[in-house]
Amino acid sequence: MGNTTTLSDNPRVSNPANTNGSKSGLPPATSPKSDLMGLQSLRPDDHFHSYPEYFVERRHEECIRCLVCVRQCPYDCTYYDPDRDVVYNVHQNCVNCKRCVAMCPTHCIRIERFDSGFRDNGHWGTHLVRGLRKQADTGGVLLTGLGNDLPYPSYFDRIVLDASQVTNPSIDPLREPMELRTYLGRKPESYRPGSPGEVFPNILCEIPVLFAPMSFGAISYNFQHGLALAAQEMGTYFNTGEGGLHPDFRKFRDSVIVQVASGRFGVDPDYLLSSAACEIKIGQGAKPGIGGHLPGEKVNAEISRTRMIPVGTDALSPAPQHDIYSIEDLRLLIYAIKEATEYTRPVSVKIAAVHNTAAIVSGIVRAGADIVVIDGFRGGTGAAPMIIRDHVGIPVEVALAQADQRLREEGIRHQASIIAAGGIRNSADVVKAIALGADAVYIATSAMIAVGCTLCQQCHRGLCAWGITTNRPDLLPRLPADQAAGRLTGLLRGWQHEIQEMLGLMGLNSIESLRGNRLKLRGVGLTQLELQTLGIRQAGL
Amino acid sequence: MEEVISAKDLYYRELNARIRQKARAGVEHIRLTDVQGHRYIACGLQFKNLQLRVSGVPGEDLGAFMDGPTVVVENNAQNGVGNTMNDGRILVHGMAGDVVGYGMRGGRIYIRDGAGYRVGIHMKGFKEKQPMLVIGGRAGKFFGEYMAGGYLILLGATGGSTGPVVGDYCATGMHGGTIFIRGKVEEYKLGKEVKAFPLTPEDESFLRPILVDFLESFALDVNIFDFDSYQKIVPVSTRPYGKLYAY
Ligand code: SF4
Ligand code: SF4
Ligand code: SF4
Repeated sequence: MGNTTTLSDNPRVSNPANTNGSKSGLPPATSPKSDLMGLQSLRPDDHFHSYPEYFVERRHEECIRCLVCVRQCPYDCTYYDPDRDVVYNVHQNCVNCKRCVAMCPTHCIRIERFDSGFRDNGHWGTHLVRGLRKQADTGGVLLTGLGNDLPYPSYFDRIVLDASQVTNPSIDPLREPMELRTYLGRKPESYRPGSPGEVFPNILCEIPVLFAPMSFGAISYNFQHGLALAAQEMGTYFNTGEGGLHPDFRKFRDSVIVQVASGRFGVDPDYLLSSAACEIKIGQGAKPGIGGHLPGEKVNAEISRTRMIPVGTDALSPAPQHDIYSIEDLRLLIYAIKEATEYTRPVSVKIAAVHNTAAIVSGIVRAGADIVVIDGFRGGTGAAPMIIRDHVGIPVEVALAQADQRLREEGIRHQASIIAAGGIRNSADVVKAIALGADAVYIATSAMIAVGCTLCQQCHRGLCAWGITTNRPDLLPRLPADQAAGRLTGLLRGWQHEIQEMLGLMGLNSIESLRGNRLKLRGVGLTQLELQTLGIRQAGL
Repeated sequence: MEEVISAKDLYYRELNARIRQKARAGVEHIRLTDVQGHRYIACGLQFKNLQLRVSGVPGEDLGAFMDGPTVVVENNAQNGVGNTMNDGRILVHGMAGDVVGYGMRGGRIYIRDGAGYRVGIHMKGFKEKQPMLVIGGRAGKFFGEYMAGGYLILLGATGGSTGPVVGDYCATGMHGGTIFIRGKVEEYKLGKEVKAFPLTPEDESFLRPILVDFLESFALDVNIFDFDSYQKIVPVSTRPYGKLYAY
C-alpha cells in the first residue's frame, strides 16, 4: 500500500446520517497512522458498524494538493491536513461515488473495496452483516436508493433475437425507411375508411422510449430540466413523478406526462392541463405496496412550495390511495381526471409488477385506463426500504408477457397501451420488451447513468455527488441542464439507430410489426414453464 | 339571470359538458335540477364567478380538482366532495360521504351535517393558500390523516344523532395544518405525532368569524361559541416517521 494513508482514531469519523449540510469546520486529524489494522483502536461501542466499505487510495507523490477532491466530496470523506500538507480520507464515509476519482487532475485516487476482514461466507454476505450492524446501531429501517441489486436471474439475458437469413431478407435501415413511431392510448374498436368511429386521444412517441417518473425533489431541478429538453428534442416524454411540475417547466407541456399519486402533490387543474397525458401512480416496482417517501432532508423551500408541505417534513405519499380500494374506485379517479381534462388526454395507470399482474391489468383497462405501466422489480427509486426494494415484486419480463397475453385473450388489448418499466438497460432490452408485448418502455436508471450516475445508491441522502438526485445549491451546478439534455439525447439517438438495426435484421420495417411478436424471441437456459410463462420458444426450435 | 339545466336522462359526461359550455358562454348562475347521482359535477372548473346550485343528490367527486366556482348542494352529497380541490367554495345542505376534501389545496368546504370516513386527509397548505373544511356534525375514522396544511374544523353540533364526535385514528401521520374539534376526543384516538391543546384567545378570534359565516350560510341557530369545549390539534413533530429509518 506504500504511500496510502488510513486513519485510526480520527475525530472526523461521523455517522453518515449526520453529515447532511456540514462540509467544513471539522477539526484536522490527529496522528493518522499508516497501519490498516489501526482500525482496531476504534472503540467498538462508538463505531460498531463502521468497518469501512471502501478504501480511498491516494498516490501522494502524484498529488499536487489542489484540494479538488476535498471540495468535491459531499460525504465528508476527504480532508486536508495543513500541518502535514497531506490529503487524508475518512474511509468509513466513502460511498464509492467516484466523484473525486473523476475530478482529480492527476488521477492519483483509486477507490478499492475494503477487505473488512470478514471471513468469506456463502450464506452471510457482507451486505447482510453490514445491514444487521447498522440496524442494531440505529433501530431503523434501512433506507436506500436506486433498484434491486441482488443477483436474481434476468430473463432479458436469457432471451435472444431472431435474424433473417436467405429466405426472408433483412432490411438495411440506412437505405430504407424504418418506422419507430408509436402512438400510446386507446385505439378505436374498428376502423372503416370514412367512418373511424369514436377516436380516443393518443400521444405520439418518435421513439418507443420515455423517461420514467422521477419527481422534482427526488431528482434535481437541472436533471428534470435536462429530461424535459431531451424529451422535447427527441419527440418523446418525461414524467413529473408525483412531486408536481415546477412553473418553469410548464412550457414543456407537450412533452410531459404528469403524475397523480396518493399525496396529490402539486395537483391542480393547471397541472393536469399542462401535460400530454396524466398518470395515476398506484405502485412502483422498487417498492410494491408501499408509498412514496421523500426524506425531510430533501424538502427545501422550493420543494415545499411545489408540494405544499412544510419545509423539512417527510413528503409522504402512502399506498394505497385512500380513495381507491377497488377497480371501481380506480375508475372514479380515472374519470375524474378525464372530466377535468375534458377527455383530451390519455390517462395512464402505473402499477408495480406483482404476482397477479395480468388480472390486475385487465381490471385497470376495464376501469378506463388508456395506458398501463407495469414496473418491474429492478426499477429504481429515490428512497425505499432496502428490504422491500430487494425482495418484493417480480421481473417485468414475466409480468409484461402475462398481461399482454391476458388482454389479447380477453379481446381488450387495443383498449390500452402497455409501457414496460424497471431495469431496461439497453436497446436490446427495449426490443425484447416490445416483442413480449409492450408498446413502449420507460427508462430512469439508464438515463441517470447517461448523465453521470455511478450507481452508489445514495440517492435517498440528497447529497448526490453528481448533482442528479440532490437540490443542495452547491451540488446542483454539477449537472447543468444543457449538458444533461445533450447526453440524454445522445443516448436516445444511439438506441434509435440500434433499434432500427435490430428491426432491419429481423426483416421488419416498423416497430408495429414487432409488438407482441414473440416469434422473434427464443429462450436460452429456461425451463419449459418459464418459456411458457414468457410465451416464447426454446432456441433451436 | 339564473339558467337551468335539467339532468334528467343525461349521462354525467353530457351534463358536465353542458355546464362547461354555459360557463364558457359567460353564464354565472346555473341551477341543476333532477340531479340523481351524477358524478364529477364542477370537476376541474376554473370559472371564478360561476355559481352552481344543485337540486337533487350529486354523485361522487363533486368539485374534484375544482378551481374557483361556488357550488351549493341543496341535499346530501356523496363520497369525494372537493377531491384535490384548489379554490372556490362548496356548501352542502346535508351530510357528505367519505373522503371529503382529499388532498385539498385551497378554497372552502362547509358540510352542514356529518361526514364519513377519511375526511380532510392529505390536506395541504402553503403560506397564505390554506384550505378550510368545516363540518357541522360528526365525522368517522381517519379524520385529518396525513394532514400537511390548512384548517379542519369539526363542530359536532348538527345532524341529529348522538355519539362520539370523531372516530379512531384521528390525525394519524399529521405533519402540518390545524384541526379544531368541538367536543371530547379521547387520547387514544389521536396519532402519536399530534397533541391536543385548549384554545388560546387568538384561536377564538380566528374561529369566531368562520363559525358565524358557517351558521349564516345554512341559516342555523345553534350555540357553537362555547370555546371551552374545543380542542386544537396540531402536530408536535414535522417528521412523524423521521426516526423510522437508518441512512
Ligand atoms: S467523492 Fe465519493 S468516492 Fe471520493 S471519497 Fe468522497 S465518497 Fe468516496
Ligand atoms: S484532487 Fe488529486 S491532486 Fe488534487 S488534492 Fe486531491 S488527490 Fe491531490
Ligand atoms: S443518482 Fe447520484 S446518489 Fe444516486 S446512485 Fe447515482 S450517483 Fe449515487
